[in-house]
Amino acid sequence: MYSEKVMDHFMNPRNVGEIKDADGIGEVGNARCGDIMKVYIKVENDIITDVKFKTFGCGAAIATSSISTELIKGKSIDEALKITNKSVAEALDGLPPVKMHCSMLAEDCIKAAIEDYRKKHLKTEVNTSAKESVE
Amino acid sequence: MDRIIYLDHAATTYTKPEVLKEMLPYFTEIYGNPSSVHSYGRETRKALDLARERTAKALNADPAEIIFTSGGTEADNLAIIGTATANKKKGNHIITSSIEHPAALHSCQYLEKNGFQVTYLPVDEYGLIDPQDVKEAIKENTILISIMTANNEIGTIQPVREIGAIAKEKGVLFHTDAVQAVGSIPNDVRDMNIDLLTLSAHKSHGPKGVGALYARKGVRLNHISHGGAQERNRRAGTENLPAIVGLGKAIELATQDIEARNEKLRALRDRLISGILSSVEYTRLNGHPTKRLAGNSNFSFEFIEGEALLLSLDMKGIAASSGSACTSGTLDPSHVLLAIGLPHEIAHGSLRLTLGDENTEEEIDYVLEVLPQIVQRLREMSPLFNQDKGGKIYV
Ligand SMILES: Cc1ncc(COP(=O)(O)O)c(C=O)c1O
Ligand code: FES
Repeated sequence: MYSEKVMDHFMNPRNVGEIKDADGIGEVGNARCGDIMKVYIKVENDIITDVKFKTFGCGAAIATSSISTELIKGKSIDEALKITNKSVAEALDGLPPVKMHCSMLAEDCIKAAIEDYRKKHLKTEVNTSAKESVE
Repeated sequence: MDRIIYLDHAATTYTKPEVLKEMLPYFTEIYGNPSSVHSYGRETRKALDLARERTAKALNADPAEIIFTSGGTEADNLAIIGTATANKKKGNHIITSSIEHPAALHSCQYLEKNGFQVTYLPVDEYGLIDPQDVKEAIKENTILISIMTANNEIGTIQPVREIGAIAKEKGVLFHTDAVQAVGSIPNDVRDMNIDLLTLSAHKSHGPKGVGALYARKGVRLNHISHGGAQERNRRAGTENLPAIVGLGKAIELATQDIEARNEKLRALRDRLISGILSSVEYTRLNGHPTKRLAGNSNFSFEFIEGEALLLSLDMKGIAASSGSACTSGTLDPSHVLLAIGLPHEIAHGSLRLTLGDENTEEEIDYVLEVLPQIVQRLREMSPLFNQDKGGKIYV
């Protein structure tokens, strides 16, 4: 039921782990199934220089976690914020309809990590980013 | 291993060659409608009668008490909805358990929406129902008790004989879903005071899409689908003859030499259970240590999720399941695992390995070799796993 790309990212996930001195950490639970993802980012000059994740979840959750870290690594914060669960699923050559909700985990978690980074490092932007997450 | 190790016998089994052989002529050569008067009809009628006798014999029932259906699901629906609506004048209360198969559970929920009251009895940490709870739940208006013989997920075997005795004493009908039990434990409906019993062919090396309901003579049963007068006017529709022939043969084979087969299965199962519990920490066995089906094992591995486990096992050539196959389309953890008291995240990490006749010691040893590595790999990816802090599970 999964594409080859999903299975590849599930069996050989990229960027698994933790970053001890991370600039931002996001942890979210999937509202639909209770699965959990945690993302750590390092940011230098507005660029995400390193990212690591840990995920408690199904195959699709692990694969979307993995590819989403690839998608944002080396990107600017603004670019990384453009990530959506759809773009994550597309990058994996699609997900079965019953598994689309799993890709929300990656989107939400990356946004949470960036939000955490902004809270800690760019005090002035707190208000705008907080608004974004509400929308 | 270059072949697939099938450890999902509770989901379904292959059709045995000797079963298939008996079925085949009924597709092409002997195809009459058993209701027809002519010679074609008479010939298939004979085959239908033989299947009915074989099924009845396996349960110590009378052939006239066997109703063929499209499977365990329909038999459960017919037993529960058919008796409830036929006995509405006597009362509208039904007693069942919280760990029934969806076929029974959803039939009860349907009745609840239509004016019946249902008591869902709790189970203990092993999935056992206390007969005393059944007794205490019986009210003036109770018309039916429906408790499964053995659970499809955790394999726990219920005290059916005790429940049957209580039902008889109180004059309440007793139905049991024995889909997982037939061929694994002897089911004597007379001796155990069972009024209705569900079975399905495909769990015992018969074809899929055929089952049977035993309904004791005199039990009032309404139609749940409407049409012709087949099956003594209790189940409408032209009989699925090849499948019914297969069911008869499969049930006959499955109920022979039960003890010899169980002995072999138990030895393999216990090798698997003790191997897993001793090599993977933060793991528990779900279900009862001894009152369980000979081929059933069910584990929870803390910090990881079941589907990821199944995919990883599949990559290594091991076919397993996490909870009931019927439940896997939903996102909720198994209602059975929640009913035995597991928290959500531990119910999530469950693995069911169900053994069959063709499994070998070598296959079990292969599972014991690869499973710990798979669990370790997934745990290393899990944010919940922290080696220093330990887990919640104590075994
Ligand atoms: C306990 C139990 N009851 C009922 C069923 C449904 O049987 P069938 O698949 O023949 O409809 C199953 C099979 O999954 C089962 O395990
Ligand atoms: S089922 Fe929970 S993330 Fe996929």
